Amino acid sequence: MNKLPDRSPARRREPVTDTQLLLSITICIFVGMYIMAMLIWGGGFKKPQMLFDILNDNAYLVIISCGLTIVMITGSIDISVGGVTALVAMVGVMILNGSNHLFDGLIASLGLAESWRIVFALIMSLLIGLAFGAVQGFLIAHLEIQPFIITLAGMFFARGMITICSVDPQKAPQDLMDILQKRIEIPWLGSVNKKGVLIPAKMEIGVVIAAVIVVLVFILLRRRKLGRGFYAVGGNRQSALMLGVNVRHTRFMAHLICGLLSGIAGFVFMMHTGAGNATNATAAEMNAIASSIIGGTLLTGGVGNVIGTFFGVLTLSTIKSIVTTSGLRDPWWQSITTGAMLSFFILLQSVVLMRKNRRRRKAKKAAPTNGDKPKDG
Amino acid sequence: MRKKTGPQFLANNSQLLIPLIAILLLVIFNLIRDPGFFSVSIAANNKGDPVLQGNLISILNGASELAILSMGMTLVTAASGGQDISVGALAAIAGSVFVKVLKGGVVSGPIVIAAFLACCAVSMLFGAFNGSLVSFFRIQPMIATLILFTCGRSIAYWINGGATPTIESPIINAVGSFIPGIPVPTPILIVILMGILFALIFRFTTLGLYIQTVGINQGAARLNGINAVGIKLLSFIILGACCAVAGTIGVSRLGLINHETLLINIEMDAILAVAIGGNSLGGGKFKMLGSVLGAYAIQALTITLYAMKVPSTDVKAYKAVVIVILVVMGSPVVKDAMSRFWTKLRSKRPAAAGKEVA
Repeated sequence: MNKLPDRSPARRREPVTDTQLLLSITICIFVGMYIMAMLIWGGGFKKPQMLFDILNDNAYLVIISCGLTIVMITGSIDISVGGVTALVAMVGVMILNGSNHLFDGLIASLGLAESWRIVFALIMSLLIGLAFGAVQGFLIAHLEIQPFIITLAGMFFARGMITICSVDPQKAPQDLMDILQKRIEIPWLGSVNKKGVLIPAKMEIGVVIAAVIVVLVFILLRRRKLGRGFYAVGGNRQSALMLGVNVRHTRFMAHLICGLLSGIAGFVFMMHTGAGNATNATAAEMNAIASSIIGGTLLTGGVGNVIGTFFGVLTLSTIKSIVTTSGLRDPWWQSITTGAMLSFFILLQSVVLMRKNRRRRKAKKAAPTNGDKPKDG
Repeated sequence: MRKKTGPQFLANNSQLLIPLIAILLLVIFNLIRDPGFFSVSIAANNKGDPVLQGNLISILNGASELAILSMGMTLVTAASGGQDISVGALAAIAGSVFVKVLKGGVVSGPIVIAAFLACCAVSMLFGAFNGSLVSFFRIQPMIATLILFTCGRSIAYWINGGATPTIESPIINAVGSFIPGIPVPTPILIVILMGILFALIFRFTTLGLYIQTVGINQGAARLNGINAVGIKLLSFIILGACCAVAGTIGVSRLGLINHETLLINIEMDAILAVAIGGNSLGGGKFKMLGSVLGAYAIQALTITLYAMKVPSTDVKAYKAVVIVILVVMGSPVVKDAMSRFWTKLRSKRPAAAGKEVA
């Protein structure tokens, strides 16, 4: 919000873009909220470990949201991501604990060590993710079917496949999980407990993967031709076509990348929980959409930023931990507050964008009703 | 079933082709698999009243809530070009209010009506909340309704104070299953009633036309003197009322309110019904009949899968495959390719015939 004075012509001649504006609002609110939580509830929030816990729990959500941000920037939607994540986690766990006879046989016949299972699980995760992405991308981009329906079918398919794989919850063997759940210790961010022993801050490998993906997606969106194509296609498909962007290929790639990322997210989820369950990652797609929205991505396409999405995930999960620490222990409060915060963010964005558009129109002063996309009633 | 349709009807309603073909395929498939699949018999229920039984009835009966919700969803989709994903949560809220009012005293006719009106009012209020976000604040419908989707079921839980109360009453039974003396399940009658209501509204008011106009071009609609904001708001309020009806049926069917499971995932099915009905999810022209047929097609698919002994948890995967096949068949690209192929075939045939004659 305090970015607005920057628009004075002396300091910056380019007006603040929608992406930058929404991004700065999100970051301000997240930082403000976290500081508020530190001041009011102190304790846990003052320790860096709290932040790392939030990251550890939500690394998979960060990855999903990155993929969803790309898809949303192209003006499409993918609601199969949660299902794919859960399916990948289930398949991965089944490979790890040996209930998948195909891979069991393969590993036995090749005479490989137990830990090779992890490699196979990773390969399968990527393959499943890519397969979902490719099929959905092809149907959406090349056959021009509404993305909502296709990815809804994808979600149904993934969720159904989980129970076809196994109705009972599966558990990964402990020795393999010890490898996967190895935590990176950061002593200088640790905290001293009551006994005076220093407990280093612990971070899971998943967080590192998520961070790398955020950076990669950021570079893709900012610096690569394909990434700029995403914005062009999402902003206006017709003009993107006229500018020589291969619209079909671009949309296909967006869904392919999103599928791949949900595959990776599934692996990260498995690393975190070590369990395959039909109810894994429930409503993850909606959380991811909410995070992207909080981060300033518009569902209409053309506007969005992966850094914002990252902060969106943090904001969403911080709200949840604030609710639990603040003593509202009834089971309904968490989602009611999430809903309230979500509506606050959505309204705020809408108001900010409306004001900005109005100002821009005032500056133009010409052609009062045509031109700008949103109109005032 | 409604498969007996003349060619003229199909020419006028080509978008109804997809749901009709879907239903037809399912019917044929089921008849081949089991010739007695659609036989309807009259049996006595445990109260001794004659009632209709059979797969056909269970399809029509089971799709009632979905059909009602898809009616409202069609209007919202047409007017706003987006979908309401909070219908399931809203129905759960409505059901909770319904039970809450009923729990207040002895269940009698007037109290049931009062409870229904109360839950209608509440869910229309929530509908207005969604609608005002969409129309006044110009938020995309899916995002605006994401709020209620996230917290709606928790609100329902909260209304009932963290319990899942049950209600026992012959009146509730009559709403949820059968009215004594009438062999047709009551939910089917309610759907017919709602259908007639909407048909009358479209026949005697300009609502349908206005909704289409707003959906096709909001700016143009406003310049023509249509209150575009109001129309969008109204469509969401109507959907709210539909949610109340669906929630009431859902609660009455089971005789209890369970905020977690009541009409779970129905928002996805309702949107699917609208899409299978050949309506554009981007707004504009709509055919409510198509959505209702789509709803029955979905339910027919589900019942077919159950009849084939598919476990209820696996049904989703098969459903997805069928959905993909359906939408691929209905996709503009495939349709174009098919029609090009068809004209090629037809242009070849007269030539070949001509050669033979020569």
